[in-house]
Amino acid sequence: MTNSIDEIAGADFILAIGTNTTETHPVIALQVKKAVRQGAKLAVIDPRVTKLAELADYHLQLNPGTDCALLNGLANVIIAEELWDKDFVAHRTEDFASFRQWVSGYTPQYVERVTGIPADVIYKLAREYAGAENAAILYTMGLTQHISGTANVHAVANLAMLCGQVGKKHSGVNPLRGQNNVQGACDMGALPDVLTGYQKVTSDEVRAKFARAWKVDTLPASAGLTVGEMMAGTQKGCIKAMYIVGENPVLSDANAGDVKEALQKLDFLVVQDIFLTETARLADVVLPAASFAEKEGTFTNTERRVQKVRKAIAPMGRARADWEIICLLAGAMGYTMNYQSPAEIMDEIASLTPSYGGISHARLEKGSLQWPCPNKDHPGTPVLHKEKFVRGRGKFHRAEYIPPQELPDQEYPLLLCTGRRLYHYHTGTMTLRTGALEKYYPGEYLDVNPIDARKWKLTPGCRVRVISRRGEVELVVRITDTIPPGMVFTSFHFPEVPINNLTNPAQDPIAKIPELKVCSVRLELL
Amino acid sequence: MSTITLTINGQQVTVPAGSTILKAAEKLGVFIPTLCHHPQLTAVASCRICVVEVTFKGRKKLVPACMTGAQDGMEVETESAAVVESRRTILELLLANHPQDCLTCGQNGDCRLQDYAFRYNVPGAGFSGERHAYKIEDDNPFIIRDMNKCILCGRCVRMCAEIQGDGVIDFAHRGFNTKISTAMDLPLSKSECVFCGNCAAVCPVGALQEKGLRSSARTWEVKKVKTICPYCGTGCSIELNVKDGRVVGVTSCDGEVNGPALCVKGRFGYGFIHHPDRLTTPLIKKNGRFVEASWEETISLVAEKLTGIKNDHGPDALAVLSSARCTNEENYLLQKFTRAVLGTNNIDHCARL
Repeated sequence: MTNSIDEIAGADFILAIGTNTTETHPVIALQVKKAVRQGAKLAVIDPRVTKLAELADYHLQLNPGTDCALLNGLANVIIAEELWDKDFVAHRTEDFASFRQWVSGYTPQYVERVTGIPADVIYKLAREYAGAENAAILYTMGLTQHISGTANVHAVANLAMLCGQVGKKHSGVNPLRGQNNVQGACDMGALPDVLTGYQKVTSDEVRAKFARAWKVDTLPASAGLTVGEMMAGTQKGCIKAMYIVGENPVLSDANAGDVKEALQKLDFLVVQDIFLTETARLADVVLPAASFAEKEGTFTNTERRVQKVRKAIAPMGRARADWEIICLLAGAMGYTMNYQSPAEIMDEIASLTPSYGGISHARLEKGSLQWPCPNKDHPGTPVLHKEKFVRGRGKFHRAEYIPPQELPDQEYPLLLCTGRRLYHYHTGTMTLRTGALEKYYPGEYLDVNPIDARKWKLTPGCRVRVISRRGEVELVVRITDTIPPGMVFTSFHFPEVPINNLTNPAQDPIAKIPELKVCSVRLELL
Repeated sequence: MSTITLTINGQQVTVPAGSTILKAAEKLGVFIPTLCHHPQLTAVASCRICVVEVTFKGRKKLVPACMTGAQDGMEVETESAAVVESRRTILELLLANHPQDCLTCGQNGDCRLQDYAFRYNVPGAGFSGERHAYKIEDDNPFIIRDMNKCILCGRCVRMCAEIQGDGVIDFAHRGFNTKISTAMDLPLSKSECVFCGNCAAVCPVGALQEKGLRSSARTWEVKKVKTICPYCGTGCSIELNVKDGRVVGVTSCDGEVNGPALCVKGRFGYGFIHHPDRLTTPLIKKNGRFVEASWEETISLVAEKLTGIKNDHGPDALAVLSSARCTNEENYLLQKFTRAVLGTNNIDHCARL
């Protein structure tokens, strides 16, 4: 997030796109609800009627995967009606002229045809966003899990820059991140192309700095593979061994059937986890890890806030904290990793990572810190890009609309969208073993619109086989008009409903994110 | 900022204009009991347990400290005879219709009614009369709702409306029949309730109790360890309640991100920690079956295999998936291991899923 969670409540206008906030980030949703109670306008862009949509002044049930066209349409109106922030655009951005030119094609009439949103609503929303004193944009995977994910995010950034809604309080471009430490895992360089703090592996200077600190002669210079590419590499036989820590790609990845097949082809698979997950079952070796309650460390939340995780109990049985296991393994491979505690590891992180430079466990004991926090006296940064962007001027990126890769046709006439439920989390590894959540929400449903239910002769509670070009699952039908006609929806939480066997692995060419939100399916009544 | 100076129990205190007497007393460290008051919720002054005796402009009267603004020259007595008598009467009235089952109540030891009955020596009901006999609501796995214990302070109502923003519960009926109710008086499980449990967190008595926590430990037996929720990316602070080396529950504290609020997963999704399926030993697959192994044997096997593949096929034949569930320190070490020890940049995690 460019801004902080508690600033959302102070926004005058909130544009929530592709985020089912009340279910996936319930406590962030409290801030949105507070803003609405205080009189803020809320616009929700989502094909489904979520709880958030019920609170909204504007609910735009766009055709799935047309977000980019809609966002460009808003920019088109704002430029055509001279509502943009001329001062901000002149002093803080670049490539506006070209932006203005290519976005001119996104007339409300054209966008109406693409998105299904009436042109007059596009005009109204554009005027409201541009006219708001402080407007915050929130988004989640509904925006990013498309082959056009990067363009969609660029379109969001373009809109915010166009109206000067970034670099000040209660505004900004705010992705709500889905996992406790997904922000931290990115910050720490658990990515194929960057080291900590997004320092490029391709930079000689960066590699030299890390090689010196890590006391190795060289570090690999070319970017590595992303998850999807690793699985493809495994299929092709280029990847021979994998070490998987705390992930369950057999259930979570797109076209999961192929992922399972790929992992089975490996010469050697090590899985480190707290449970024998569907992925761990395929392993040659399983390493038992400690849960969050059994170790010290830090998590970084979606607003870049680094917070202290504290050990409450001893690890189960002979399980060990992940950091201790990694140290053991490094030692056995002839590389000494000798740390007394996670605090010592954080000191090393701080010494190599400018944005974490001032962060230490001792400081975090007194309170959290939001990066960038470059030195010991720096108070942290609640709002990013205040005076300038990291790259200097904010660039208007070309973000053209591309339709989803696989849309319904005669053979597979329905669109399948997947997401999360309030009571569960990711592949259910944790939430299906709580003694509470799985009792209250014990099984999954396929949400179907009443019109489609009539068309396919479905009754509430009937079982259907959901079939895509890649796989099939069986599900119980729930008929609800929160889903638009032509779409069906379910979650990926339940191992007995491995819905990702059906999803489309087609990827965004830049972010390599799979198009989990759109694929086409057909139903067979059982 | 303009300030106000008043006297509480003979001590002078200066507070910002607009402060309540309760705030001023807190500044002095003078205790005033409260039931309906909660610092993050609207003041309603309905329970009157916080009455204090104020002498101001020659007049003396009992006022609720949580709602009454401090004024220059006010003289406040927090434990005068009239105050104590008033508080004792309020407690007697509350106890006249409150089950005296403290021996088995899960809230025993962390109950304001119990604390104040002790403080003001109110052993039981001074009045006898009708008592409620509501059915205890126990049909969901998260919260036990015993309206017989409810003192109608309304904290849960305000929490649900003002912080959770859902307004699922409110006061219903009149007089003695007044109760906190969902629409149509349905059980929570049949209402719009999302089981965040934020109501239970602010209930000052045992009317709303966290089912797992309150049935597995006495309130004084637990050690609370403040940490961060392991679910979504919001980063809510939680307190793990630990008894005999086991996490028996989660409570909210005043988190930097979440204040007093949590969601159903954060508050009630802790059971996986001690689930029997937890892995407790390294496992090596032999002839298609997992066999328990020592750490030494397992680590040397992994090291040997990874080294062998690296030597035979090059470092880029190896790939690592790190975890958005693990700490920063662990993610840092794993990418360091991947790059410095394995010698490849083939490391990623589930940021895209």
